[in-house]
Amino acid sequence: MRGGGGPPELGDMSRLPRYPGRGGGRRRSDRRALLVALVSSIAIFGLVGWLIVTSPGWNLVQQSFFNPKYIGTSWPRQVAAIAVNVQLFLIAEACILPLALFIAVLRSLPGPVFFPVRAMAVIYTDFFRGVPSVLVIFILGFGIPALGIDWLPIDPFFWGVVTLILVYSAYVSEVYRAGIESVHPSQAAAARSLGLTYLQAMRYVVIPQAVRRVIPPLLNDFIGLQKDTAFVSFIGVIEVFRQAQIDESASFNFTPYLVTAALFLVLTVPLIHVTDWLVARDRRRQVAGGTA
Amino acid sequence: MTAFGAPAPARPAVRVEGLFKSFGELEVLRGIDLAVAEHEVVCLIGASGSGKSTLLRCINLLEPVDAGRVVIGDEEITAPGVKVDAIRRRIGIVFQAFNLFPHMRVTENITLGPRKVLHTPAAEADRQAVELLERFGLADKRAEYPDRLSGGQQQRVAIIRALAMQPDVLLLDEVTSALDPELVAEVLDVIRGLAQGGMTMIIATHEMGFARDIATRVCFLDGGRIIEEGPPDRMFRAPEEERTQQFLQRIIRAGRLEL
Repeated sequence: MRGGGGPPELGDMSRLPRYPGRGGGRRRSDRRALLVALVSSIAIFGLVGWLIVTSPGWNLVQQSFFNPKYIGTSWPRQVAAIAVNVQLFLIAEACILPLALFIAVLRSLPGPVFFPVRAMAVIYTDFFRGVPSVLVIFILGFGIPALGIDWLPIDPFFWGVVTLILVYSAYVSEVYRAGIESVHPSQAAAARSLGLTYLQAMRYVVIPQAVRRVIPPLLNDFIGLQKDTAFVSFIGVIEVFRQAQIDESASFNFTPYLVTAALFLVLTVPLIHVTDWLVARDRRRQVAGGTA
Repeated sequence: MTAFGAPAPARPAVRVEGLFKSFGELEVLRGIDLAVAEHEVVCLIGASGSGKSTLLRCINLLEPVDAGRVVIGDEEITAPGVKVDAIRRRIGIVFQAFNLFPHMRVTENITLGPRKVLHTPAAEADRQAVELLERFGLADKRAEYPDRLSGGQQQRVAIIRALAMQPDVLLLDEVTSALDPELVAEVLDVIRGLAQGGMTMIIATHEMGFARDIATRVCFLDGGRIIEEGPPDRMFRAPEEERTQQFLQRIIRAGRLEL
């Protein structure tokens, strides 16, 4: 495969199988494993690459998807445009994390007095988890500016961020809730027995433990959020996907979309691997026998 | 009740009257009456499921009671509108499974209550925590996380955490049941020290020898009622109720009590 930023298959070298050798033989077998992996990788990827490149119609595919000329013209514009996506997901995530936690805590409040509060939290999460994001972004991005209420912003960027916050807070609050429920009730009981109020017990004892446990799924949702910033193009924000559409429509060549894909991969793949690493680390710790 | 004004040898620290508690269909407590004087050490004995733990959890309202009254000092905490959080700070409880906060260091575990509930300044709370840790031989563990401590050390920290609130009463819920046998003694020694210091305690325990040594009074629970109570010597040597006798015979046969 040619073209910018291929998929990171080789990034998995660190997870090669380790053979439990004896004494000095171990390092040698490690090195041999590395060599075998390298040779077989070159062979396999070489073969796959050769098959693709020699297959009939490859020229056409290359012209249309991996055209160096359009890579050259499109990528500087797209790099500039993806800054908009980065702003979108950074601003959105900074609002989502506290808002979703707030919703999760509302949903956890005990007792009949708080029934309406819990109900509101359930309705909120049900609604935004159940409705396509595209719909929300159309309703907010086109519908609200069309109302013509002058104190409401009409900036599509603003409504794009609002949509992402509303939709993703619903998902993220469910992640928090799972975390809160995973903390054993005896922890809250111990905190309450010291005289802490319900909210103090949440704040100092339950939530710190809950958040630690859900960092991997939180990162997963953050990756989803990064990708979904492309939806904001639908209401007229010129971000990286919209920029690719503009470039594509000027040339009728699809290469700009592949550039967009590569740029998204540059943003998301490191985070995907951090998430995997955290999950693996947690699993190792559990096997090692951590407490509570 | 007219007991409030009556002169008594010692002020009752805890009074439980006609306490009922069910979990769904299961009636766990069926009319418990118990009065504990200041500086008294009351041991609750009885088979698992007899209601010992539930009784303790009801006394500080970790479980809401179905019927009956709990009076701490001269305040009825089961009355409607009572500020439960304010009451709980006066009643320490130590759990079978320690329930230390795993994300906090030992000192933080101990100072959380004083700082957030009693509003003790952080430096002062730290000083008190270190003092307590020194008293119980754990000063070198103050910066550790709970999972770096042995079970016995964790349980001693849990006791210190409860003591840091300077409670009027300490409830101990089978605090040695989750410990390896060789770690039991260090925890029991701590409790013994507290008893000598005059701490009012209600102790649910399976350690009969310990109960006999430390208790001023032993209560035998069965089926959610206090079947028999009395000084430990009489309770263990000459129990009057048939069910108490049967229970103790099983304990002796299991090698858990020597007379």
